[in-house]
Amino acid sequence: MIRDITIGQYYPGKSILHKLDPRTKLIGTLIFIVSVFLFHSVPGYLVATAFLAAMIYLSKVPVRFIFKGLRAIFFILLFTAVFNILLTPGKVLWQWKFLRVTEEGLILAARMAVRLVYLVIGSSIMTLTTSPNQLTNAMERLLRPLNKIHIPVHEIAMMMSIALRFIPILLEETDKIMKAQIARGADFEKGNIFQKAKNMVPLLVPLFISAFRRANDLAMAMEARCYHGGENRTQMKPLHYHRKDLIAFLVLLVYFVIALLSRIFGI
Amino acid sequence: MSLELKQVSYSYSVGTSYEVQALKNISLTINEGEFIGVIGHTGSGKSTLIQHLNALIRPTEGTILYKGEDIWTENYDRRSLRHEVGLVFQYPEHQLFESDVLSDVCFGPINQGLTREEAEKQAKKALAQTGVAEEVFSQSPFSLSGGQKKRVAIAGVLAMNPKILILDEPTAGLDPKGRDDILDQIALLHKERGITIILVSHSMEDIAKYVGRLIVMNHGSVVYDDTPREVFRHYKELEGMGLSAPQITYIMHTLHEKGLPVDTSVTTVEEAKESILKALALRKKTDRGDGL
Repeated sequence: MIRDITIGQYYPGKSILHKLDPRTKLIGTLIFIVSVFLFHSVPGYLVATAFLAAMIYLSKVPVRFIFKGLRAIFFILLFTAVFNILLTPGKVLWQWKFLRVTEEGLILAARMAVRLVYLVIGSSIMTLTTSPNQLTNAMERLLRPLNKIHIPVHEIAMMMSIALRFIPILLEETDKIMKAQIARGADFEKGNIFQKAKNMVPLLVPLFISAFRRANDLAMAMEARCYHGGENRTQMKPLHYHRKDLIAFLVLLVYFVIALLSRIFGI
Repeated sequence: MSLELKQVSYSYSVGTSYEVQALKNISLTINEGEFIGVIGHTGSGKSTLIQHLNALIRPTEGTILYKGEDIWTENYDRRSLRHEVGLVFQYPEHQLFESDVLSDVCFGPINQGLTREEAEKQAKKALAQTGVAEEVFSQSPFSLSGGQKKRVAIAGVLAMNPKILILDEPTAGLDPKGRDDILDQIALLHKERGITIILVSHSMEDIAKYVGRLIVMNHGSVVYDDTPREVFRHYKELEGMGLSAPQITYIMHTLHEKGLPVDTSVTTVEEAKESILKALALRKKTDRGDGL
């Protein structure tokens, strides 16, 4: 049951996108997101579409995985579309009582929908080709300059990767405790919302206790290995830029310049 | 005939790239009053198998019958099935949640629809059977030692008066004395109340000492299903599956190879002792016979 939920949707593979340095992918995704908001016109969006299609092709990830992320934003998409269509002032195309659809509204709705969809697909490609650990690693490296202003970048990254690491463990634990209590006659489906909340107690108490126990064990284990934060710490798999990252950055640069030019000249 | 599995198969995460087949075409009949041991290497499907027995997992293929009725038909009351087939998970102490021991053990009986008083009566009985002293009844279950917690958790299932009791490695993490205590009590329950017991274990010694029938799992299939004595005859094959026979089996086989006519199929130390003494007496007799 609960085991089927996947968080962090990494899709293991060996494509060129998988092999890129996670920093490259992170920066690339940021550039893509910015570009989606820079583009303003149909030709602009065509360029973005071409770029996205190329990335999907290069990632070798089955397309249905890429579009799976869209399900989560379906309602947001629907709401923005409806409100944009109905509430934008402009040339009226259709009117019924207080509801009216304007040409500007339609265009704005389409643009917002495209932007949202591209945003989600773009970041999906990144999370599908980059494992959560690589991602936190990349963030840690990219945010390292913030150390200068006393932001504990390493500690934050460490907490993030531990949290990510614990999600599957806690899910499994939830599954186990749930089954153990069902075996003792517990019912997690019956009753109204208050009843249901009360029925959760036999699940939540053991779960919290086990989370604290695990946290404690982990802290002990880290302490026993003399862990003391990020200073002078080396990595088992340090990040290195390779030739393909250089090429990727060149592609990104060209793409970004096109986006900028398109905005400046309003094409 | 009380619980019957017919060609049961089960796969995790069907339809994704992570699909794993955990059980392959398993057919079993569990009769009333049996004491069954289940052994298998980690990942052999033991835990998946026992979760099928009280309808916590729905088989991908095949049917499971309890008292001749299919437990996965639409109208079957799986909750009351779970009252009759009690399952104690590995590390059951992780399921404790109440503020005192007695209330925690009462959780099951109250879910069965008993009043608080009746539930307490059942709970006290179950706690006595698992050897929990009365003075801890009002304590927090979290302040107890590991062994005590385990007893309380087992009592939590026992208090529901199951007809079949399944225990998944009930002795994991216990010291030898605690282990023997718990297993002895389980054996006593089997004898006195006639409960059907299914014991999942890694310890061949435990299995050999208590169970009457032994099921060996490997890669999701049942490899052997026989008395321990018969199963341990295949000790070489068991080793191939990452398992082993009781130590005594090895000793007896070595003795036999060295020429002492002992019975190699014995499974417990007591039986071995008798067999060795008998063999020695026999040898003495023949030695004397030779001398004359």
